[in-house]
Amino acid sequence: MRSDRGQRAPLGLKIAAACGLLFLHLPILLIFVYAFTTEEKSFVWPPPGLTTQWFAVTWNRPDVWDALSLSVRVAAISTAIALVLGTLCAAAVSQTRFFGREAISLLVILPIALPGIITGIALRSAFSLADIPFSFWTIVLGHATFCVVVVYNNAVARFRRTSGSMIEASMDLGADGFQTFRHVVLPNIATALLAGGMLAFALSFDEVIVTTFTAGQQQTVPIWMLEELIRPRQRPVTNVVAMVVVLVTLLPILFAYYLTRDGDQIAGSGK
Amino acid sequence: MSLDAAISRAPTPAILPGSGGMRGALSDLFWRRPKFLLTLMLAPPLLWLGIVYIGSLFALLAQSFFSIDEFSGLINREFTLKTYGDLFQAANLDIILRTVTMAALVTLASAVIAFPIAYYAARYARGRWKALFYLGVMLPLWSSYLVKIYAWKLILAKEGILTWLLAKLNLLRLLDAWLSLPIVGGNSLSVSFTGTFIVFVYVWLPFMILPVQAALERVPGNLVEASSDLGASPGQTFRNVLFPLALPGIVAGSIFTFSLTLGDYIIPQIIGTSRLFIGQAVYSQQGTAGNIPLAAAFTVVPIVIMGFYLWGAKRMGAFDAL
Repeated sequence: MRSDRGQRAPLGLKIAAACGLLFLHLPILLIFVYAFTTEEKSFVWPPPGLTTQWFAVTWNRPDVWDALSLSVRVAAISTAIALVLGTLCAAAVSQTRFFGREAISLLVILPIALPGIITGIALRSAFSLADIPFSFWTIVLGHATFCVVVVYNNAVARFRRTSGSMIEASMDLGADGFQTFRHVVLPNIATALLAGGMLAFALSFDEVIVTTFTAGQQQTVPIWMLEELIRPRQRPVTNVVAMVVVLVTLLPILFAYYLTRDGDQIAGSGK
Repeated sequence: MSLDAAISRAPTPAILPGSGGMRGALSDLFWRRPKFLLTLMLAPPLLWLGIVYIGSLFALLAQSFFSIDEFSGLINREFTLKTYGDLFQAANLDIILRTVTMAALVTLASAVIAFPIAYYAARYARGRWKALFYLGVMLPLWSSYLVKIYAWKLILAKEGILTWLLAKLNLLRLLDAWLSLPIVGGNSLSVSFTGTFIVFVYVWLPFMILPVQAALERVPGNLVEASSDLGASPGQTFRNVLFPLALPGIVAGSIFTFSLTLGDYIIPQIIGTSRLFIGQAVYSQQGTAGNIPLAAAFTVVPIVIMGFYLWGAKRMGAFDAL
């Protein structure tokens, strides 16, 4: 029997851990307070008064809606591409052994392992060399590239837990390749794919570093925020948008966690 | 179908007949030639990553061997090492040195703050608390990067919550004394290196906690007990037992904190001084200055540094902790 159950942690460790967690969470909670402040010009604390009028103001701002719509469309399409590419790659790498297998895992992880500015400037210089004008699709091209790894990680972890003999059994029982995929493989990996897709969506929705290089004049939500941070126009609107962004990214992460929580590798443990 | 009918049927072949049509033919082909299926599965992702990503990287690297004509501002597409030579000008060396120092400090601070959280989560948290700790690290990790920076702009602003808090505690003199220091100080925290440092630590901290926790999960609790049974003080146990076993995890986490700090250009732009970091230098060289070759050469610096770093990390066994 292990002897380390039911021990109490030293007080110093408890305090240090609690302070660390507070350090991680308090700044985000602060955003929620500022979304209701009546102060327009500065970041003064404590807020002189509380109001909900900025939600209405933000609701009526067309530029916010445009940015939101672009972000959602980019994230949806990038996620779809990443789901297909990531699953294919994960299936190939985990079900078979072949020459260059390690190199493929490295290739998939590279776009997220190298600093984002390198991916961004590499894409931009490639676009300018090939005379490709900036468009919706140049953003998607960049986003899908680094979203593949998230789907791939989730799918590989699930394939590792799924026994290959199930597929053989299905084939032995007379199902053809497509039936096996539809009735055996897909139900097994579905939640992992859903979790991977959620994380990919959150990653794309939040990405700014690569996007600044591939967007041209278009504004996604993070680019809109960045503009506001550098050249503030209406601070209360930024506060409200910041709060909404926190909530929008929170839900997919919680859901992805919920979907994969009893596995050996939980979704989202690497970004 | 009744049993009789089944038996009375003509001798059934042991192997089922192939299912008909295109679908059946394809399915059979996949089964007989697994290599064909493998190629078909690998082709789309490899083509995508190979063309879009590796292609762009090479396009970028190729440009670092071009040079810019200083008078006309046009890019001269002939092979030269002159652009790399420009990296060694005093101003550029300064930028590289500043970024690497910042990355090292951020890594060190993240490790110190991450360790207690990771250790508590790995050793003492059970059941519901464990899930809470896990989400407590995951949610900040995945919250919007810009919102996190924005939150710190609110906190560090001159009229913000930190000044208010210090004023309540009668510690404003301490803040003023700190801000009057030469390098780390400035007009307010949000335009000083101290501010940049705090935000870097905050934003990358979860990347350090997760691998350290993974490494500590593998340390059996009775190892720590054995150490104290044998007469080691808590400090000695930490130095001689826990720290060496957690080291691969710390190195794995430091890969992230180090690499992310090297490449970031948004945090020092929003919270920091006007002195540049590598990422900002790349951004301004390719943007306003239009000097793509120098920008490309600058991006090679973090790639080379990270190459050496990863090589060293691999030798310390950091990849097993990822």
